[in-house]
Amino acid sequence: MATVDVETLYRSMRRIHAFEEAVRELWDEGSISGEVHLCHGEEALAAGVMAHHREGDAISCDHRPHGQFVARGVDLRAVLAELMGLESGLCAGRGGHMHLFSKQHLIATTGIVGAPAPLAAGFALALKRLQPGAIAFAFSGDGAANQGLFFETLNLASVWKLPLLIVCKDNGWAVTTYSRTVTAGDHVERARAFGFEAESVDGMDPLGVSEVAGRLVAHVRAGKGPAFLHARCTRLDGHFLGDQMVRTVRDPKANPDAGRTVVENLTARRGGRWTDRVRGLFRTGQAMLRLRGGLGKKNDPMRRPFALSDEARRRIDAEVEAEISAAVDAVSQEAA
Amino acid sequence: MKRMVFEEAVDAAIAEAMVRDERVIVLGLDVPMMRAGLHARFGPDRVLGAPISEGAYLGAAVGAAMAGLRPVVEIMMVDFIGVALDALLNHAAKLSGFTHGRWTNPLVLRMSCGAGYGDGGQHGQALWGMLAGIPGLSVVVPSTPDDAYGLMTSALAHDGPVVFLEHKLLTKNWLEFVGSGGRTTLSFDVPKAGHEGDVTKQPVRLGSAARRRTGDDVTLVSLGVSVHRALAAAEQLASSGISCEVLDLRSVRPLDTASILASVQRTGRLLVVDEDYRDFGLSGEVSAVVAEAGLPVRFARVCTEDTIPFARHLEDAALPNVTRIVTAAQRLMGAPAQAITRPLQLTEVAPGPASAANHQPRALS
Repeated sequence: MATVDVETLYRSMRRIHAFEEAVRELWDEGSISGEVHLCHGEEALAAGVMAHHREGDAISCDHRPHGQFVARGVDLRAVLAELMGLESGLCAGRGGHMHLFSKQHLIATTGIVGAPAPLAAGFALALKRLQPGAIAFAFSGDGAANQGLFFETLNLASVWKLPLLIVCKDNGWAVTTYSRTVTAGDHVERARAFGFEAESVDGMDPLGVSEVAGRLVAHVRAGKGPAFLHARCTRLDGHFLGDQMVRTVRDPKANPDAGRTVVENLTARRGGRWTDRVRGLFRTGQAMLRLRGGLGKKNDPMRRPFALSDEARRRIDAEVEAEISAAVDAVSQEAA
Repeated sequence: MKRMVFEEAVDAAIAEAMVRDERVIVLGLDVPMMRAGLHARFGPDRVLGAPISEGAYLGAAVGAAMAGLRPVVEIMMVDFIGVALDALLNHAAKLSGFTHGRWTNPLVLRMSCGAGYGDGGQHGQALWGMLAGIPGLSVVVPSTPDDAYGLMTSALAHDGPVVFLEHKLLTKNWLEFVGSGGRTTLSFDVPKAGHEGDVTKQPVRLGSAARRRTGDDVTLVSLGVSVHRALAAAEQLASSGISCEVLDLRSVRPLDTASILASVQRTGRLLVVDEDYRDFGLSGEVSAVVAEAGLPVRFARVCTEDTIPFARHLEDAALPNVTRIVTAAQRLMGAPAQAITRPLQLTEVAPGPASAANHQPRALS
C-alpha cells in the first residue's frame, strides 16, 4: 500500500479549497447560474481518497463533484468555463456544475442523489473485463445512502465481486434534513451486511483518510471484492451556495423569512395543540443549532494543524494561488 | 436466408455481434436461463445474470457502456422500467447531450412488451411512446423476425442507447413463459408472419419504416403486433372497395416522417393503429408531424385508451383489433370533410354570480 506524504495531501486540499473559493466568487458575481454545491469541508476526504487513484481508474461523483475533478487533474480552465456555460467548457457548456464529464479522465458526475453508486458499479464491471487491476470510485453522501438504488448497488457489486470503492461522504445532512433522524442502523454495518469490506474514518483528517482509503483500495485492487469507506465531514456552505438555512443562522436579521414563517404559524389563532407548537419551535431551533455547530472552526479541515513547516505551507499556498488565479483570469477574459 | 422464430432472430443478431466484438455482453435478470444458448456459448462472464434490481443493473450498464463495453441489458417487461427509469431518463439518454457528443453510451435495452394473453395492466403495456418522448433515446419495435434481426444488428452498432421492444405475442418463449405455461387449452391471436419467418440478415436502419401493403385510400400507420392487425383489416377493407396502404414504422424514435408524409400526401387519410396509450403519445405525434407539414388530411386513431383490463374479452376489446380498425377506416372514408372522428365539444364554464348577467353561454358557430 502506498503511503502518502503530508505535503502531497496538503497541496491537494489547498488546490480544492482555492478552486472552490474561486467558484464562490464567480457565483456571487453572477457569472455562474443555478445551484452550486461546494465541497468546503470535504477537502481532506477528497485529497486522502484521491491520493490512491491511479491512471486508468474511473470515478463517479455526485452533485458536489469539484474536489474529485481538481484532484484528478482535469484542466481547471475547462471546468471553470463549463461552470460558466462557455463553449470552451469541459462539455461545451451543455453540462454545467452537476453534469461534469471527462471521458479522457474517466470521471463522471450525476445530479441524481444515489446514482453515482450504480454508475461506478458499471465502470467497475467494464474495468474488470477490459483493464484488470483498475478500480472504480463512487463518491456520494449520507443522504444518498438511503436511496433504494444505493442498496441495490451494494447487493449487485457484492454478488458480482466488482472492483468498486464506495465513499460515503457523511456531512450529516440530507439537504435540510439531519440525516441521523431518518437513517436506520449504521452506515458501515449496513455495507458489511452486504459483504463489503467497510471502515469508518474521520474525514477531516487527511492522513487518517489516506491510510484507511489506502487499505480499502488495496483490497479492491487485489480483486477481493468491493469496499466501503464511511468518512465524517462537514458542509461548510450548506447544501448549496445561498442556502437559506445557512444564511438564517449566520445573519438572522438580514434573512428573516424562515423565522417569520415559523413565528406566524406558531402564533396563528387556529391550528395544532400548544404542546405541538412548542415542540415544533424546539425542533426548528435544534436544527439551526446543529447547523451552526457544523459551521465552526473545528469543523473546517483547512484550519486543522498540519505537520508542515510554515515555509512549506507558504510556498504551496503561493503556488496554488498562482495556478487558480491564472485559470480564473483566463476564463474571465474569455467570458468578457 | 434462414427460417427463424422471432427470438431466434434477435439472439442470432446478438450472437454474431458477440463473436465479432468482445465488448458486447448480455446482462439482466434471468438471462442465463432465458438466453441459455448465448450463456452456453459465451459463458457467465459475458452473459451475466443479475438480481431483481433493475435500477442498479441498468444504471451499471450505463456506466459499463461509458467505460468501453457494449452491453445488451434485459428487463423482463417494459412495464418494469418504472423502477429503473432514472438510469434511462437521466443518465443513458442525457450523456451525449450533456457532453456535446464527447462521451456516448452504446447500450441496448431489450424488453418484452405488449398485451393479448391475459396478464393484466402491469404486464402488458406498450410504453414506447413514453420512452420515445425522451430526447437521446432510440426506440425500436420490430414486427417480424427479419426486422428483429435487422434492428438488433443496427442497435448493436449504434453508439447511443437503443430501447429494443419485442412483443410477447411474437416471441414464442415469452408467450410460453408467461402466457400458456405449457397448456394447450388456451389460444392466443398470434400473427403467424410475425412469429416466424425468413431472416435475410440485413441490418435495418434505425428510423426507417417499411411499406407492408400499397393502397390509395387510407394510410394505416402502425408498428409491432398492430401491423398484423392492420394488414388483416386492410384485407377486409379491400373486399368492400377501400384500398389501404400499411406502413410499419419499426422505429418510434427516430420517426420516419418522410415515409409517413409521402404516403399521406397520396391518400389524404391517416389512421394510426397503435397498441400504446392513445393520449399524449405516438398517435398524437404522427398527427402533429402531418399537421406541421401542412397536409390536408382526415385523421383517426385506434389505440389503447385506458388501463388494460384483465378479463380476456375486455382486453381484446381494449387493444387495437381488426374490427376497431375496419370501423375507423370506414368512418374516415365516409366522413364529411370537416368532421373528425370525435365531435368537437366545448365544455361550458359556469359563469360566476357577479358576472352571470354579462355572460350568456355562447354556441360554437
